[in-house]
Amino acid sequence: MSVLLDVQNLSTHFFTRAGRVPAVNDVSFSIGAGQVLGLVGESGSGKTVTGLSIMGIVDPPGRIVSGSIKLDGQELVGLDEAHWRKIRGNRIAMIFQDPMMTLNPVLRIETQMIETIKAHEAISDDAARQRCREALGNVGIPSPEERLSAYPHQFSGGMRQRVVIAIAMLLRPSLIIADEPTTALDVTIQAQIIAQVQKLAAETGTAIVWVTHDLAVVSGLSDRLAVMYAGRIIEEGATEQVLNFPRHPYTRGLLDSLPINNQRGQPLNQIPGATPSLLALPKGCAFAPRCALRQEDCEQGSIVETFHKEGRRWTCLHPVQDRAR
Amino acid sequence: MLAFILRRLGQSAFLLIAMAVLVFVSIFAIGDPIEVLLPADADQNEREAAIRHLGLDQPLWMQFAHFVWNLLHGDLGKSFVFGSDSLSLILGRLPATLELALVALILAALIGIPLGLIAGLKSQTWIGRLIMTTSIVGFSLPNFWFGIVMILVFAVQLQWLPSGGRGPTDTLFGIEFSLLNPQGWVNLIMPAATLAIYKVSLVIRLAYAGTREALLQDYVRFARAKGLSSSRIIGVHILKNILIPIVTVLGLELGSMIAFAVVTESVFAWPGMGKLLIDSIARLDRPVIVAYLMLVVTLFALINLCVDILYSVLDPRVRLSEGQS
Repeated sequence: MSVLLDVQNLSTHFFTRAGRVPAVNDVSFSIGAGQVLGLVGESGSGKTVTGLSIMGIVDPPGRIVSGSIKLDGQELVGLDEAHWRKIRGNRIAMIFQDPMMTLNPVLRIETQMIETIKAHEAISDDAARQRCREALGNVGIPSPEERLSAYPHQFSGGMRQRVVIAIAMLLRPSLIIADEPTTALDVTIQAQIIAQVQKLAAETGTAIVWVTHDLAVVSGLSDRLAVMYAGRIIEEGATEQVLNFPRHPYTRGLLDSLPINNQRGQPLNQIPGATPSLLALPKGCAFAPRCALRQEDCEQGSIVETFHKEGRRWTCLHPVQDRAR
Repeated sequence: MLAFILRRLGQSAFLLIAMAVLVFVSIFAIGDPIEVLLPADADQNEREAAIRHLGLDQPLWMQFAHFVWNLLHGDLGKSFVFGSDSLSLILGRLPATLELALVALILAALIGIPLGLIAGLKSQTWIGRLIMTTSIVGFSLPNFWFGIVMILVFAVQLQWLPSGGRGPTDTLFGIEFSLLNPQGWVNLIMPAATLAIYKVSLVIRLAYAGTREALLQDYVRFARAKGLSSSRIIGVHILKNILIPIVTVLGLELGSMIAFAVVTESVFAWPGMGKLLIDSIARLDRPVIVAYLMLVVTLFALINLCVDILYSVLDPRVRLSEGQS
């Protein structure tokens, strides 16, 4: 399988008044064509900024400080704005978390769809409109012709996210970055949206980076899983292996805290403590202060090295040995 | 829509009556216009003749009833001082003020919106800070001061522009307009600029705040992720959202500029309505004051109606309905 997206040693830092914030630090991963990668982590772990970095739309004071992002072998880091603009929406598309906020409230759906096509192709209004109508139909929006001239507030949350997905798929991108696209939706709608994206991606051979904090969502969806903590990927591997045999104590903690892995009537398991401030990361392993398996050598050195084994990797000196519950 | 407009007009009529009562009673309380109008050596017979002629011998409620009766017949009464119809007296001065206010409004929008946008987009750079700092000057210094300084610089020192007066006008539909005459423009530019300076600062700050807020919105991020050009994002996605508060404020400001451009008109000897109002108050010329304020209330009501209608054009979430007030 050919590698579609290859991210190597990507670091995106924010230069704030309080200091340099390493939101994404030395992150590497790759996705094959048509694959689904689940990028998991809690708020502030750097998963969204990773997505924005791949799109080249990190807002100042943040910027990519080092590393490489290759799409089909083409280097994106350092690309000028005009060239990067041609890739965005065209070869890589992005879906955001809150469909209530993603669409411009004062513009008609057709305006927001047609402009996307016209940003990348010379096409007549009629032909563009025709494609938009088909795209809306493909994501399961009834009577797309009428809905084209509607405004976002006339749609429900789930329908809006379908519109956003339709826009993302308009130019048949080879990669979609989905940044928690179901978090703001009801559970039943969540399932529909996931099924829709899965179906469309399978039909068109589109690869997906599915960013989420919800392990339950990606478990049935992704081929591979990457877990982020404090700006780094601390564990990566085939989804099944990571879920059944997590090596990093943080991944284990995430799995243990899932309600389904808890006994009824017992307090839910949680990881003690809170994510460290990115401005003042502890020495050694950033997770060490919260880790039950911590030993002395965890809190020494600048960073913990990454171990590779059988297509998996983890960043832990004393990995978990037993299987997950 | 029609029901909405009718309802609003009905509310305005109520406002007009309240205004008339208020002005009638307050001017009655201030003093007797006869003392101001008659020469000091007038004898008792002349006094009584004048009082009877102006209808001041009747009780206040009778005077008011007369006024309302005449009003329903389209007559706002005759000026105590000039003896001519007070409404036509005011309307004769209206075009000069209207012209001044409209040009000032257009200046405020054309200068304020782009500058505010630039300041908002480049808030971290020297140009953004320069615009915002300068706008504070426009805010805090009084109008007449700008007028006097401009006269000193452009009329006295450089002798580029006339120091005051309306200058030549051309007639259209029997109304005199400076805007139709090139020389009229020369006379108009300084008073209009003086009147506009505060509004420019206001619009800059509104556009700035709106832009900074819009930049943080997901729909801007999504627009970038679609690969749109920045001119499209700024000119369509951001601009259309920030126009909503600007239209409201400019509408209100237009009303106050038409009604109370007194200071600017005095500085530039501009023969507008403001000067007439000040003179009429000094002479307790009740019919003119009442007619003036009735006109102003009507203007404000109409402008606000236009603003509300513009709202529904700009923001599809606003629907004009009967229940709205």
